[in-house]
Amino acid sequence: MLDLIWLIPALPLAGFLVLVVAGRRLGEPLAGWLATAMVAASFVVTVGVFLALLGEPEEERAATVELFTWLPAGSLEVSFGFLADPLSITMALFVTGIGALIHLYSIGYMHGDANFSKFFVYLNLFVFSMLCLVLGDNLLMTFLGWEGVGTCSYLLISFWFGNEANASAGKKAFVTNRIGDFGFMLAMFVAFGALGTLQYVTEDGGGVLQRAGELAPVTATAIAGLLFVGAIGKSAQFPLYVWLPDAMAGPTPVSALIHAATMVTSGIYLLTRVNPIIGESFDWLPTTIAWVGAGTALFAATIAVAQHDIKKVLAYSTVSQLGYMFLAVGVGAYVPAVFHMVTHAFFKALLFLGSGSVIHGMHEEQDMRRMGGLRALMPITAVTFIVGWLAISGIPPFAGFWSKDEILLYAFAENPALWVIGLVTAVLTAYYMSRQVFLVFFGRPRFAIAEGGAAADDHGASPTAAITAGAETEAAGAGSTTGHAPAHRPIHVHESPWLMTLPLVVLAGLALVGGAMQLPFNSDVHFLGDWLHPVIGLAENEAEIHVATATKVVLAIVAGVAGLAGIAVAARVYLQRRARAVEPALLEQAWRYDAAISAFVAGPGRSGFEGAAAFDGRIVDGAVDGTATVVRVVADRLRLAQSGYVRSYALGVAVGAVVLVGLFLSRASL
Amino acid sequence: MNNIGFSILSTLIVLPAVGAAAVAVVSRRRPEVARQVALLSTVLTAALAFWLVADFESGEAGFQYTEAVEWIPSLGIAWRLGVDGISLFLVALTGLLFPIAILGATPQREHKPYYAWLLLLQAGCMGVFLATDLFLFFVMFEIVLVPMYFLIGGWGYGERVYAATKFFLFTMLGSAFMLVAIIALAVLNQRAVGGDLTFELMALATNQGIGQETARLLFCGFAVAFAVKVPLFPLHTWLPDAHTQAPTAGSVILAGVMLKLGTYGFLRYCVFLFPEAADWAGPVLVTLAVIGITYGAVVAAVQKDLKRLVAYSSVAHLGFIVLGTFALTTQSVQGAVLQAVNHGISTPALFLLVGFLYERRHTREIAALKGLQKAAPVMAAVFTLVMLSSIGVPGLNGFAGEFLILIGSFLTYRWWTVVAVVGVILASVYLLWAYQRVFHGEPDGDNASIKDLTVREGLVLAPLLGLIVFLGVYPKPVLERIEPSVDTLIAHVEAGSDYTQPSVAIGGGGAAIDGAETIEPGTVTVLDDEDEGEGG
Amino acid sequence: MEVTTSWYLVLGALLFTIGAVGLLVRRNPLVMFMCVELMLNAVNLTFVSFARALDDVAGQVIVFFVLVVAATEVVVGLGIIVAIMRRTPGATADDVASLRG
Repeated sequence: MLDLIWLIPALPLAGFLVLVVAGRRLGEPLAGWLATAMVAASFVVTVGVFLALLGEPEEERAATVELFTWLPAGSLEVSFGFLADPLSITMALFVTGIGALIHLYSIGYMHGDANFSKFFVYLNLFVFSMLCLVLGDNLLMTFLGWEGVGTCSYLLISFWFGNEANASAGKKAFVTNRIGDFGFMLAMFVAFGALGTLQYVTEDGGGVLQRAGELAPVTATAIAGLLFVGAIGKSAQFPLYVWLPDAMAGPTPVSALIHAATMVTSGIYLLTRVNPIIGESFDWLPTTIAWVGAGTALFAATIAVAQHDIKKVLAYSTVSQLGYMFLAVGVGAYVPAVFHMVTHAFFKALLFLGSGSVIHGMHEEQDMRRMGGLRALMPITAVTFIVGWLAISGIPPFAGFWSKDEILLYAFAENPALWVIGLVTAVLTAYYMSRQVFLVFFGRPRFAIAEGGAAADDHGASPTAAITAGAETEAAGAGSTTGHAPAHRPIHVHESPWLMTLPLVVLAGLALVGGAMQLPFNSDVHFLGDWLHPVIGLAENEAEIHVATATKVVLAIVAGVAGLAGIAVAARVYLQRRARAVEPALLEQAWRYDAAISAFVAGPGRSGFEGAAAFDGRIVDGAVDGTATVVRVVADRLRLAQSGYVRSYALGVAVGAVVLVGLFLSRASL
Repeated sequence: MNNIGFSILSTLIVLPAVGAAAVAVVSRRRPEVARQVALLSTVLTAALAFWLVADFESGEAGFQYTEAVEWIPSLGIAWRLGVDGISLFLVALTGLLFPIAILGATPQREHKPYYAWLLLLQAGCMGVFLATDLFLFFVMFEIVLVPMYFLIGGWGYGERVYAATKFFLFTMLGSAFMLVAIIALAVLNQRAVGGDLTFELMALATNQGIGQETARLLFCGFAVAFAVKVPLFPLHTWLPDAHTQAPTAGSVILAGVMLKLGTYGFLRYCVFLFPEAADWAGPVLVTLAVIGITYGAVVAAVQKDLKRLVAYSSVAHLGFIVLGTFALTTQSVQGAVLQAVNHGISTPALFLLVGFLYERRHTREIAALKGLQKAAPVMAAVFTLVMLSSIGVPGLNGFAGEFLILIGSFLTYRWWTVVAVVGVILASVYLLWAYQRVFHGEPDGDNASIKDLTVREGLVLAPLLGLIVFLGVYPKPVLERIEPSVDTLIAHVEAGSDYTQPSVAIGGGGAAIDGAETIEPGTVTVLDDEDEGEGG
Repeated sequence: MEVTTSWYLVLGALLFTIGAVGLLVRRNPLVMFMCVELMLNAVNLTFVSFARALDDVAGQVIVFFVLVVAATEVVVGLGIIVAIMRRTPGATADDVASLRG
């Protein structure tokens, strides 16, 4: 079974190729089913490999398959190969599992879209790239997947390209990711220069991870730090997070798959993968990682409090939760980071898909101020969404409580200040998520409900969305490339079809019981920790918590109470309407950070570029044209010597002859 | 070494010339016959070039299929040809691009001279890559200028005469310095080491008695010519005008082949003939290259003409190649040679697409084009693929060369490489922005009614697209043939100067430095954790 | 006094100078032509003198060359001058300036 590792990414790749060629002919819904089947099959194979690894003794749980040599050049020998070890298979499991569920959901969500099959082309390519990223056995394979998911993200965000805003969002995502990739590329160069290889692990102990101990602290810090820069870009941390909220312009399944569950977790995966190198670097690096994570978590949480778009809240929430994971990595809590990554994938995908269901049922409405009371009208969506809400708010026994609690515990052990930030963020998380749930599902509907019959807006029309940062747009024109404007007329709200609600239910179940992966009670139930031990279990890397059990219990209770407190405050404001809502404009505009960047790019940035072009045209090229002008002017002057008068020519000849004779004579006499 | 029965290299040069002559005698009233003759000639040349690649002995470093015929014995000039790993794929590229250029674009007037000039151009390009005699090389180097001048001037767009004249004079000025250097080299060398006067490349390189100062001066003479050709900042301003005003076929050949004459010249002549000078001049040239990378991208971003944007992107891409050349590590030089081929595949594809767009909309102004993806989705998809290759997304050919260049250059020119990586970011900025303005959004007016990519156009692009993907995923066969020649070249530089290639620390029983172990495809290795130590 | 070679050389130089100055000063094309002839013949004289003095026949051979060239030049030149004079009677050398750059 282990030698079928390559099949895991091969299946979505095959799906991609088939759909590129024949997708349009297969049409809806066959193209969707094919894509889903491929990812589901990939999931099955992943489970098989997982079980095969489980069958191996703990020390031997790593297998590589080399398919072919990719870039041989001198001592650099990069191969196209895959590595199956606990970390990569864990990632592959939820990538393919959640990926399959989202593919299924998309068949329903993208119903009626003119480019239905193209959507699945991109989705399958994305899953393939993501699998290359997590299963790659060397840094360059990871980078291949890294760029691949970035490209697919670009293609999918600007899927409804008729709208300029969507197109810009896609471009912004790609470029911002690329800024982070600057770090990744340099990290690879440093690693090669220091160790002569990019391979993670090799049979004879020659891999980068195995030889991390050889690295000087400066080099290790450089590599890990540069990889961290890449992770900041990909996992949307401050200051490179600005692309994620804009990325909500893409169809909701894209937001769920790429910008919640998988692509954005690549940064965490990468840092976890190279944890031996982080272990060898200067202490200030993990500390920086932790503080960046904590800071981003808090920062994003404050913004989410004031957002009106249902997807924007979730986007900032994702940034915030990713911050938690970085915090965990920074304090050496790799297992909790992965744990939270997995549980977050469950409930965030659930929440996004749920929001997609809401949007679909509300006929493309995305502003929460125009929702309300959907509990009765969309029961399944509501229940599953509530499960996700409780999970993210950290209410036991839902999954989010256990993973978040672990992170807070480790943060406390490292630095109480970090713990405080984490706790405040937890309160805010519970608050803004409750706000969302209350606004959307509770209370009275703040929109006009059509009395039975068909909706004013065509139910069968392509579900689209028009989004810009912080405001709604009225998209002009019809056609699936632009997106319909949300109808302000009376609408008939309905529950979504089974294609969309089934994944919701499955994910809700996972969000409910997912915490069982790593229960803190005693080390026997540290399933995830034990499983990941070969990859992470280094005494110096894994933070040892010397915290008394009593403290742990207190911290857990405090975390739970924090969640409940957030919910209670939100209930008071939004449910009972007893207190006034606090949604300052500054927070709604995301502290105007993104606006500042945009202003800079459009203003001084653009002027700089134009200046360079003007320099090229006027000065550099001017020199060339100037040379030609000089030649012409000189020639003009010299022309005057050609007077046409024979006698002046004769005089010239005579004078010249005299001079020459004189020269010869003077030479001869010497 | 030479398994092919006849002198294939001479044929590669003579065949296009014969084709040009054949086109010249075709009646003027039958332009389609001229095109067919030209097509036949270029296809035959392409077939020969591919045969050469297939028959080439990989693993050998020296020149193969060598020929030598005395030309001017008293001056030691001979018709000397040879091909090695560095020139092999450029020859193949030349063979490949000309039929594509002919099929991809039709001239608006006067077919006969157009095809004749094209074929003559091909003969000249082949000659440059195959010559191993300095004088012959110079002759061929100059020969390519005339057809291109006429192609731009006779079949180009608005400012064509200005662009053609600028191109011709600028390049010739650079070559003038090279001519002086060539003659000086031959004469001074003969004076130093005795024997007969010779212009043979190998003899001048291996048996050189020229002093260091002189060698550096001669290096500069050669370098100026190639710097104009590549083009290297600040001698690049002829390129945007030439590219913009040239007809589509002209742009295709200019970007695909002619710029590579410069990069090839740097490797084959500057570095090979003057190793110490190459080491000495490295920092300057690398600086100019890195400036070109970033500056080219910045200026490209604010261009209003789509073709001019691609032209500036070429300045940026060629900057990478020069960086790799003068970083003088095996990875960077191999990357440079590979990237020359890769750039010669993706940029001509871009120019072809722009040409197709021009045929439909009769404008190259970005502002006039909008929302084309909706009207022509297949063309948009193809454009996306080529654009991603140009951006350097892994899995496509543009990344393979770029990555090797960067990782190799990092070993010897660390901070320059850091700046160069910024150029990688900038590439995505200008290309995606241009794509967004041209293809995204809603099309209006004439934009909405353009035709999508036709089958014929798709077939013309198909070989390029196929190579974009293939060379991105599996560049190994190409690299295998390039590597021995590159290694020999670097060893030659090490022998002739104080430079030594930095050795990369490989420990723990991993691959040896010379010739890494080959990977067995499909092997599954279960790793024993005990060896991994505490590091996990 | 004996007439030595130098007498002839001085004569030749004198004739040459007269011819040169005449060429530069006179405007009538015909006269300028005559001055050119004068210079050529002065050179001839010098060559013959040296040939005699150095006992080398090469000088005399050169004289033949010069004479041939002079004859050819006269034929062509006179033809051109006559043509010009016919078109514009009273033309001077200064009037024939159409080859100006």
